[in-house]
Amino acid sequence: MHLRLLASILLLALTLGCQPRGDGKVHITYWEKWGAREGAAMQAAVDQFNRLQDKIVVEYLPVSQVDRKLIVATAGGDPPDVAGLWANNLYSFIDRDALLPLDDFIRAEGYTHETWLGRYSPVYADITTYRDKIWCVVSAPSTTALHWNKRLFREAGLDPDRPPRTLAELDEFAEKLTQRDPRTGRLTQIGFLPQEPGWFHRLFPEWFGGKLFDGTNITFAGVPENLECYRWVASYTEKFGLDQVRSFASGFGAFASPQNPFMSGKVAMVFQGVWMNNFIRQYSPGLEYGVAPWPAVRPGLENFTFADADLLVIPRGAKHPKEAWEFIKFIAGMNPAAQSYDELRGVELLCYLQQKNSPLKQWSPFFEQQHPHPHINLFRKLAESPNAVHPLKIGIWQEYSRELGNVFDVCALLAQRPEDAIAACQQRMAESWAWHQRSINRRQAKRP
Amino acid sequence: MTRAERQNLKNGLLFCGLWFVGLAVFTVYPVLASLYYSFCDYSVLQSPIWVGAENYQRMATDRLFWLSLKNTFLFAGLALPLGMIVSLGLALLLNTGVRGMPLFRTIFYLPSIVPVVAGAMLWMWILNGQFGLLNWVLAPLLQPFGLKPPAWLADPVWAKPALVLMSLWGVGNSMVIYLAGLQNVPQELYESAELDGANWWRKLWHVTIPIISPVIYFNLVMGIIGTLQVFATVFVMFGPDGNPARSTLFYTLYLFSTAFYDLRMGYASAMAWVLFLLIVALTLLATKLTAKKVHYAS
Repeated sequence: MHLRLLASILLLALTLGCQPRGDGKVHITYWEKWGAREGAAMQAAVDQFNRLQDKIVVEYLPVSQVDRKLIVATAGGDPPDVAGLWANNLYSFIDRDALLPLDDFIRAEGYTHETWLGRYSPVYADITTYRDKIWCVVSAPSTTALHWNKRLFREAGLDPDRPPRTLAELDEFAEKLTQRDPRTGRLTQIGFLPQEPGWFHRLFPEWFGGKLFDGTNITFAGVPENLECYRWVASYTEKFGLDQVRSFASGFGAFASPQNPFMSGKVAMVFQGVWMNNFIRQYSPGLEYGVAPWPAVRPGLENFTFADADLLVIPRGAKHPKEAWEFIKFIAGMNPAAQSYDELRGVELLCYLQQKNSPLKQWSPFFEQQHPHPHINLFRKLAESPNAVHPLKIGIWQEYSRELGNVFDVCALLAQRPEDAIAACQQRMAESWAWHQRSINRRQAKRP
Repeated sequence: MTRAERQNLKNGLLFCGLWFVGLAVFTVYPVLASLYYSFCDYSVLQSPIWVGAENYQRMATDRLFWLSLKNTFLFAGLALPLGMIVSLGLALLLNTGVRGMPLFRTIFYLPSIVPVVAGAMLWMWILNGQFGLLNWVLAPLLQPFGLKPPAWLADPVWAKPALVLMSLWGVGNSMVIYLAGLQNVPQELYESAELDGANWWRKLWHVTIPIISPVIYFNLVMGIIGTLQVFATVFVMFGPDGNPARSTLFYTLYLFSTAFYDLRMGYASAMAWVLFLLIVALTLLATKLTAKKVHYAS
């Protein structure tokens, strides 16, 4: 009797679960990493898409650790139709055949490879291509810049409207902006610290004009600029004292808090992204700050920036790839004539609400003139810079990036000589790269 | 077998059946699959390709594999004996029968049920180099000698000892097991020892320890298994890189990064099997070494 009841309930549940939705539309699932403000911005863009057409409904689902869950879902044969990844892990997913290339969809829209990519700022266009194919569209891009605290500049006798323009000036200003307790000698304020916030130092060698990968081989060792970079990193610890720096830095609060060292005035200059304005407004409203390009390490390296992007991809095995493309095409688009908030479309609506720059070259009049970020034009200019760099397009970037983090760490802690740390990293990454290549070749050999 | 017995057997199997299915699907199959994957080039996202012992061979020359193993053994070598001594010491104190004992037992057990992440966040503040509670206490004590307390979590030399210190806060579980063992020691043995003129130390050494030796052995084995697999706290406090300067890159942390960031699940499976074999070997060694000292007389 009980068994029959149980079977009936199960059957009912299965029947209900498999029924098509009554609205006659195709429902697609979209997994994204964002919650809070950024999530609400994407939800608004999704709602706009759902409102403006009547064939597809996008179901937006914020998913923490979206990359790892995407791995498991794809392996299980049930991935979402659209997922939000980072430039950091895009290439390792592509190398493992986990994503669908978008080239056929793009061609069907009447674009060529070049005309599609030509809509984007070059650095973002480059992020989306790998092995001669286009794999994603940019949802929310970012560039980074030097942020400086104008009040601290004034107090140190520096011109608050004149940021450092060269590396030598950065070092000089950093010393002037550093203060110690006269009684104990302990640091109370520091002008600049390479390890704060610790997010972009993996690409510091490229800021110095160095190279990490030449498209075929790992080229970390043997590039003088890379060594120069890590010697510079170590020089800050040598200058201020290891114990001093360590103790001072342990007092830094969390990034998203009023105790953030830049917002609380403990560190006068930091490299931060276009998002920083949101956090300053939330945690330290009224903070007087300026934004400038990264100081040039040497002539020819002006307007350096580290660019990154959140990306929309279609996982291999997605149930509705065509409809997924319709959605990401919408997010990749914009209304060039938008004169008001209501007329913003796709990526511009998303980036307006997230207060970021658009990845596209063309901006609508409203987006350009009414953007809520006071310094947005600088971030736009940096995205166009020939010296803009992005995460390395290499399938082992996650591992390489951790290795680079360790090289930075041991140099900043004076635990190892920069040349030794570089040599060890080079050896490990060359081995890992060879291992990765072997794996790719093995799979290609198995293909019919 | 009578009809009733057959019916009972059938019912029994039916009740256990679901559990057997669960065991087979969620434990036995993944364990066996990981053994197979450990001999494969496997990224999770693609089907595995058999590569023989390549993953195991790579371990021999993988610098991070050896570093993570060294870090793990150093941590275990400090945390395990200290943890056993402290938990046994606490259990002895909590077994003396002073007033308010249930309250003290609750207080000392309480940290064991604090969620891992909450505990880790709390200790990050206690061990903070500049504003930490511990250094606030230590600084004035060390000052007369011209010494300064370390930056703990930010110092590669002190990060592991800080974790050992922190691990002692979670000894509640083994303490309760010791306590149960201590309460089973027959009182007449103590009385007899007292008649022979034994002092507190001699009673402990000649009566208590031998009688609770199975409990000590049990805690030792559980400790070996636990300390060699330490993960969650370290991951929360130091991230997957085992900062600072990889001083806290423990075995499971490296295994996790290899599997889920680098997508080398085959290599990670091989690492998991090596860890399993190491734990089995150490457990057997512990059993052998303590065989003559563990008494099951009670």
